[in-house]
Amino acid sequence: MIEIKDIEKSFGSNTVLKGISGIFKEGLTNLIIGGSGSGKTTLLKCMIGLHTPEKGSVLYDGREFIDMNFEQRIEIRKEIGMLFQGSALFDSMTVEENIMFPLNMFTDHSFKEKLERVNFCLERVNLEGKNKLFPAELSGGMKKRVGIARAIAMNPKYLFVDEPNSGLDPKTSIVIDELIKEITEEYNTTTIVVTHDMNSVMGIGDYILFLHEGKKFWEGSNKEIAHTDIEELNDFVFASRFMKAAKKNF
Amino acid sequence: MNFTNFGKYLLLLKAVFRKPEKFKIYLKAIFQQMDFVGVGSLGLIAIISTFIGAVMTLQIAFQLVSDFIPKTIIGSVTRDSSILELSPTITAIVLAGKIGSAISSEIGTMRVSEQIDALEIMGINSPGYLILPKLIAGVTMVPVLVVFAMVLSIAGGYLGGTLSGAVTPAEYIQGITTDFNPYTITVALVKAFVFGFIITTVPAYEGFYVKGGALEVAQASTRAVVVSCISILACDYIVTQLLL
Repeated sequence: MIEIKDIEKSFGSNTVLKGISGIFKEGLTNLIIGGSGSGKTTLLKCMIGLHTPEKGSVLYDGREFIDMNFEQRIEIRKEIGMLFQGSALFDSMTVEENIMFPLNMFTDHSFKEKLERVNFCLERVNLEGKNKLFPAELSGGMKKRVGIARAIAMNPKYLFVDEPNSGLDPKTSIVIDELIKEITEEYNTTTIVVTHDMNSVMGIGDYILFLHEGKKFWEGSNKEIAHTDIEELNDFVFASRFMKAAKKNF
Repeated sequence: MNFTNFGKYLLLLKAVFRKPEKFKIYLKAIFQQMDFVGVGSLGLIAIISTFIGAVMTLQIAFQLVSDFIPKTIIGSVTRDSSILELSPTITAIVLAGKIGSAISSEIGTMRVSEQIDALEIMGINSPGYLILPKLIAGVTMVPVLVVFAMVLSIAGGYLGGTLSGAVTPAEYIQGITTDFNPYTITVALVKAFVFGFIITTVPAYEGFYVKGGALEVAQASTRAVVVSCISILACDYIVTQLLL
């Protein structure tokens, strides 16, 4: 479980996060949603330590992350897997080397054991046999899946996903969403997904935290989101004509 | 580089020297970088050094027109200039362009494509993993290249001088072997060590803190080369002042 309390973050005079709190439970797909510039990615980066908030706390199963020193943070980070918006695969390494990288760095397993783990992760994301390809040879959806395979290589307790559907076609987006949901349930990870994709919200959002202008406006599940009276949330979720028409069926 | 940047540069260096996560992986990266910095630059340094030695000999011969000055001086001046100044400084400036821009753009591209963030999230000390192997390769291979440049520069002087008829082979050999002070080699190697440090760490700093996209990565590469060259010349003066 990850708990955030009263997170505040500014860049110069621009306050991006204004006291955000929330609880993200394990085994659930937790979504942080909001419009562009609402502070979703900044909140995610505060949670994983890429930004330091001016105020507030981030608790990983009760362990305060923000006050930790470099060595203590490394111990937490070994329990974290992350899929980046652009996948962030290492260009100069093959798919196999990318997935094996954290295993090389933090385990003393033999090459055979590491290769077995790599193949298991690739199989899990339906990319068997793609070991020797380089990231430049992969499609956007394949890169995301390799990113997921690398993220789960170390059996993470916490899985962070930044905009998993950006740049993907609707069908591939659903495949990625389902994969994230399956992995969360299978490994009981605390999964946090930053997205503004409404298919993801309605499809996999066990817990949703809606940000608007740096504030938490609403929290709940995908079943509740269609029945709120909050204007800002309705404007965001049902912005498209398709979603407006579909609202009647929710 | 203003004081804020210099402070950030020092903090980055502090992070570079944290204990490596796995020494074996760092060792492999060090050998790869030594190959890139050292072996990969041999051809370029060989061509430049040979021509500089040849041209320098011709120019010295052109300026020494007095009958009272023996022609063996041409060899002596070529030798001392090559060892003390031209080989370390020209090699460093050439490498700042070749290696520095490559380091800056490699790390900068990794920054803007979130690869450095990925390393951090995995719990890897990204400055150490990315910069330490390059730094060790720089401080070990630049002195080797400088020694190589010294030899070729003096050999180039021999070729240029004898082929043009400015100096006879015997006069040149006598010149380069007369009154040789081995301390000049020590000074040159100290310079090479300092330059190797600058050539790798300054571009790494510029790349590591780049923000934006392709344009900013290119600007960081240009800045890395400019700042490296100025730092090399400033350190050249300081080391020369301190050691001679």
